[in-house]
Amino acid sequence: MARGAAEKKSFDFSTATSWVRGRGVYVAFVVLVIFNLVVTPNFASVVTVSTLLITVSPIILVSLGVALAIGTEGIDLSVGSVMALASAFLPLYLGYGWPVAVLVVLFVGALAGLINGGLVAFVGVQPIIATLAMLVGGRGLAQIFAGGQSLPITDPVILWLGQGRLFGIPAPVIVAVLAVLVMGFLVKRTTFGRYVVAVGGNRSASFLSGHPVRRTLLAVYVISALLAALAGIVATARLGASDPSNIGLLIELSAITAVVVGGTPLSGGKVKIMGTVMGVLLIQLITNTFIANDLPFTWAQVLTAAIILVAVYVQKGRGTA
Amino acid sequence: MATRPADPEATGGGFAWRERLLTTLQKRGAIVVLVLVVVVSALAFDNFLTAQNLQNIVLQGAFLGLIVVGMTFVIISGGIDLSVGSMLGLGGVIAAQTVQVYWPLALILPPLLCGLIGFGNGLLIAKAKMAPFIVTLAGLLGIRGLALALAGERPIGINGGSPFAWFGQGQVLGVSVPIIFVLVAFALGGLVLARTSYGRVVFAIGGSEESARLMGLPVDRTKIIAYTTTGVLAGFAGALLAARLSAGDPNAGLAWELDAISAVVVGGTLLTGGGGSISGSLAGVLLLSILQNLINQLGTLGSYAQQLVSGFFLIIVVVAQAYLSRKQRG
Repeated sequence: MARGAAEKKSFDFSTATSWVRGRGVYVAFVVLVIFNLVVTPNFASVVTVSTLLITVSPIILVSLGVALAIGTEGIDLSVGSVMALASAFLPLYLGYGWPVAVLVVLFVGALAGLINGGLVAFVGVQPIIATLAMLVGGRGLAQIFAGGQSLPITDPVILWLGQGRLFGIPAPVIVAVLAVLVMGFLVKRTTFGRYVVAVGGNRSASFLSGHPVRRTLLAVYVISALLAALAGIVATARLGASDPSNIGLLIELSAITAVVVGGTPLSGGKVKIMGTVMGVLLIQLITNTFIANDLPFTWAQVLTAAIILVAVYVQKGRGTA
Repeated sequence: MATRPADPEATGGGFAWRERLLTTLQKRGAIVVLVLVVVVSALAFDNFLTAQNLQNIVLQGAFLGLIVVGMTFVIISGGIDLSVGSMLGLGGVIAAQTVQVYWPLALILPPLLCGLIGFGNGLLIAKAKMAPFIVTLAGLLGIRGLALALAGERPIGINGGSPFAWFGQGQVLGVSVPIIFVLVAFALGGLVLARTSYGRVVFAIGGSEESARLMGLPVDRTKIIAYTTTGVLAGFAGALLAARLSAGDPNAGLAWELDAISAVVVGGTLLTGGGGSISGSLAGVLLLSILQNLINQLGTLGSYAQQLVSGFFLIIVVVAQAYLSRKQRG
């Protein structure tokens, strides 16, 4: 019945607005960029743009995984805590060289993802609860391992990952772009991507068609956790020290917001990689706009909330019901 | 349980006994665990079963408890409300700002305004058919922003001499006032859910919204009332907490939506909607409170371990529920 109501509404829109509907994030982003070009001093500078891109890099990494989970009609609330776990484990194993440390961190991330995915796929726990438990427990575990301390990172390779540049492009941005390309390929061009969309669209139909539903779900949560662990490494490297108490705190909310604003419906069956990236950029740009113009930052939160509601309301009826 | 026909009886014989035990365990599991935990703690810790400690435990859960009553209705109807923590923060800020003007305003305005916000949530969910998760996620962000903006990002102090403080710190016959309020809320909530037609409609919507609509039940109105009530309770909890702490903290209730959901789920209410009970939610809140109290008593465990234990506990309960409900289905 939701679709019927939405269709009635869409008669009022002209063709132009229906074009806008499908690309709401892009339009909003462009409008905000133009607004900033006019209003914000020094907006079109290399420093401003690269600061924005570096800030969003870990959020993009995390959002890609969350988008995948939401595409299967699930959700991953644990990404921030997996980032904290990564941050806690990274300095502990840097003594063995950076490749070992990175491998250990990714292994820990994958383990967290296996627990999430196992609970969702094999035990039948709802994704929101399984990953909520990981959100609560994961950060606690991270802080126990770190002993509540912040350890400095001195390894040059890891530090480069957070603070270095290649051909003038900040390293975190390179990592994020690579992840976007890989995930875009995975979703659009591989069987796995098809399975994700099929499972999210109709789980029982997908199961009856002989798709490996459980394996797909497991893989989705492992990938999401791996991306979060990577984001944790990048964020820790950027900080130059581990900070399991604060790294990735509440990032799950930013990620979900970005994914939804980017056009991936919470009801699953669709994964918008570029939309998600634009969603992250849009939300960060709102915050930056407020800060750059000395407006009270908290109102940015209120505006973001309004944008979520408008974006979701406008996107309704595009076969998401 | 009223809407679930008593299926175990139908099978008869020895199986019925086992089935009924499993059903009871799944639905009343929280209460069973609660009793066990209380008994074990009483034996293990000398000062657990003192009046003072018990009062502390209940008081610790009182503010969350008010929210949980509303959240139970929302979750049984198949929805979710992520904005409760932010509404609690906003409620406290409004209370702190209005208490100087005229102190009863600090009790009336927070539930009223948060109720209005809840009404807005309900409208968007029921009439505009937007996903509850999204609507209330926007609420979580926006309302917190509003609370921070109104308070100037700092807690606002409340003059301790005001009669308003009694509602957080006072006692009636040795029982703290917030505890009385939360008990009343649970009693009323339990009555409404189990004994009124409104409660049945909530169950029906959670079971199958489509069927409820086809049966001509007032689906939209019922949902809007559930979200409005949750808003009212969250705002009121915010006011009481502000009275208790003598300050309206715009950051109060941060991540409480997750605690509230945990309590409801631990209490045996299914997130898929259609089943659950207020008594279970009460047990869920008390369990979370006791867990925290025990960890504090142990002392050696820090707040980090507390998070780990809470997360682990939540998973055990949910996995047990999933296992039991699968057993039930055969």
